Amino acid sequence: MQDLLYFSQQLINGLTIGSAYALIAIGYTMVYGIIGMINFAHGEIYMIGAYTALIAITGLTALGLAWLPLILIVALLCAIIVSSSMGWAVERVAYRPVRGRHRLIPLISAIGMSIFLQNYVHLAQGSRNIGFPALIEGGFNFGSDGHFEMSLSYMQITIFITTLVCMTALSLFISRSRTGRACRAVSQDLGMASLLGIDTNRIISATFIIGAALAAVAGLLLGMYYGSVDPLFGFIAGLKAFTAAVLGGIGSIPGAMLGGLILGVSESLTSGYLSGEYKDVVSFGLLILILLFKPTGLLGKPEVEKI
Amino acid sequence: MAANNYRHALFCAIITLIISVPILGLNLEAEGVNITLTGATTSTYIAIALAAVSVFVFQAFRDSLMGTLGTLPKLNPLAKKEPMEQSKRVKLEFWVMTGLVVLALFWPFFVSRGSVDLATLVLIYIMLALGLNVVVGLAGLLDLGYVAFYAVGAYTFALLSQYTGISFWMALPLGALLAGLFGLLLGFPVLRLRGDYLAIVTLGFGEIIRILLNNWTSVTGGPNGIGGIPDPTLFGMEFGRRVKEEGNTSFHETFGIAYSGEHKVIFLYLIALVLAVITALIIRRFMRMPVGRAWEALREDEIAARSLGLSRTAVKLSAFTIGAFFAGFAGTVFASKQGFISPESFVFLESAIILAIVVLGGMGSQLGVILAAIAVTILPELAREFSEYRMLIFGAAMVLMMVWRPQGMLPMRRIHIKLHKQE
Repeated sequence: MQDLLYFSQQLINGLTIGSAYALIAIGYTMVYGIIGMINFAHGEIYMIGAYTALIAITGLTALGLAWLPLILIVALLCAIIVSSSMGWAVERVAYRPVRGRHRLIPLISAIGMSIFLQNYVHLAQGSRNIGFPALIEGGFNFGSDGHFEMSLSYMQITIFITTLVCMTALSLFISRSRTGRACRAVSQDLGMASLLGIDTNRIISATFIIGAALAAVAGLLLGMYYGSVDPLFGFIAGLKAFTAAVLGGIGSIPGAMLGGLILGVSESLTSGYLSGEYKDVVSFGLLILILLFKPTGLLGKPEVEKI
Repeated sequence: MAANNYRHALFCAIITLIISVPILGLNLEAEGVNITLTGATTSTYIAIALAAVSVFVFQAFRDSLMGTLGTLPKLNPLAKKEPMEQSKRVKLEFWVMTGLVVLALFWPFFVSRGSVDLATLVLIYIMLALGLNVVVGLAGLLDLGYVAFYAVGAYTFALLSQYTGISFWMALPLGALLAGLFGLLLGFPVLRLRGDYLAIVTLGFGEIIRILLNNWTSVTGGPNGIGGIPDPTLFGMEFGRRVKEEGNTSFHETFGIAYSGEHKVIFLYLIALVLAVITALIIRRFMRMPVGRAWEALREDEIAARSLGLSRTAVKLSAFTIGAFFAGFAGTVFASKQGFISPESFVFLESAIILAIVVLGGMGSQLGVILAAIAVTILPELAREFSEYRMLIFGAAMVLMMVWRPQGMLPMRRIHIKLHKQE
């Protein structure tokens, strides 16, 4: 009984982290699906989202606002606005001028951007990690058998619900709206889409903005969940999210969701049963194995190289 | 058109404000559990406003600005000149290189100990950058976990000296060979991957090595690292004040000169110099050998190269292994220079710095990479007050370089033969 409880606890923790990874992974997968580049600076966009949310929360609390849902919604909106602007600006400055060049050139540019943004925040906000106030406290406890008690915190429930809402909104947007249809068209064939009168530059910008907005949501959620932020916060999370995107099949949005959940659960099981220090080894090992044996991922389409 | 321009310019200026005001203008201060928000100094706000205004002006008058820039005469007089004759250029390069090496040989005897120490570090970076240049610049394989091989070299020496008491000269080839072996083992499965996937896999590999070093406490000492790594000896002569090992003599006693701590520093510098020159020469030979040509051919057009009968795996693997080998070389020297190593020295940032050196210098160009390594290591030391901006500037420089001059500062020139028309 205790084993089962422990296992379910790890499962819950893993799904929580995994759904946040999925939110970040969407940004990687959408950008890759459309222009075929790895947006290495995406983790930094997420980190900036977390910082902005923390700044907004601190500011609002200092102004004397006490109603929690309002604080959270305003902080979320601030994070989304700043991160999306950052995503847009990064694409304009670092990626658009090098689009269509040799594959490594946009990647190196993206790495440069990632280093730049990390140090931008580092210089502005200091390198120390700053505690994120736990605004949503408490939770359900159940299944106690005297030794181990399983818990499901309100924070975890918030993460699940927010992720679910974002994913549903995104799916509806992609499948129903005019811009969403254009996004799908551009990801299938960029040249043809532009011939048919789609403003591809606008669609690419929109992709970066959507990805950044979702990353900002994840930034707020994970910042609160982990309880602290620092300028390097985005680097590992970005790598994990990229792993999730590759795991699910890069370019596929449902794949990113699935990949995020699988990665979150496997990571949480590793830290629960082996050791917390090796959880990163497991996720990177997983990434290497997938790329070696199934580079298209679980739900991805094989890429045919034409000569 | 004009109204449209202004609207776009206004939009860009507003975006500039949005991305800079919250992050730069409002600072989080943690005092215990409490976090307070303080405004930045007035000068920061003025700088932000100036940035927004200049973005507005640039975007609004972009067309006319670019137009005037285009009509300006080229400032660079060299651009008009015919490129130098091939044979002349090779000769000139040879003399420049020889001159630099001779200068570097005698230079340490006239300067302070600190500068020699820094110069040793520069030489280690030169070795690393030359090695990565083979992988990234020549073979076109983006390796983001290069620092892992550097770590393998350094830890090989540190661990062997701790457990078996091996000397520097034994460890040097061993560390390099082991790093090369790691490169071979990693490269074998991953080199089938396409360029950007390869980059991520090598990054993951680098992180795995670092995490293992950090957590395998019983062997590697974990975050505490390994200390007491011996200095190199000169034909059994030690550079310490007292001889540590049986059978060795000490340098200052043999030559009957007074003991000075500088001898060791200069000796290490000279070793690093010799090794860096050897690295440069070996790689230079490789570049002209068929395998070097094959690297470049495969980088330029993989399908064409394969259809001409090149084995993709063998060619890429050779580049990867050779790159790893020299990283191991550099790692051994680093371990000996520091006397103490810990996983702290082998973080991703280190890989990024080496990559930045290769990119800034010009992928494939040896002279460019060497000059970039010198600049990147020494400039932050010269301008201490700017040293915290170092990584910020690196990042920005990498982006700007890719946008404007992806071939680097001193781009690689391919050796070619001009065919003259027969009269």
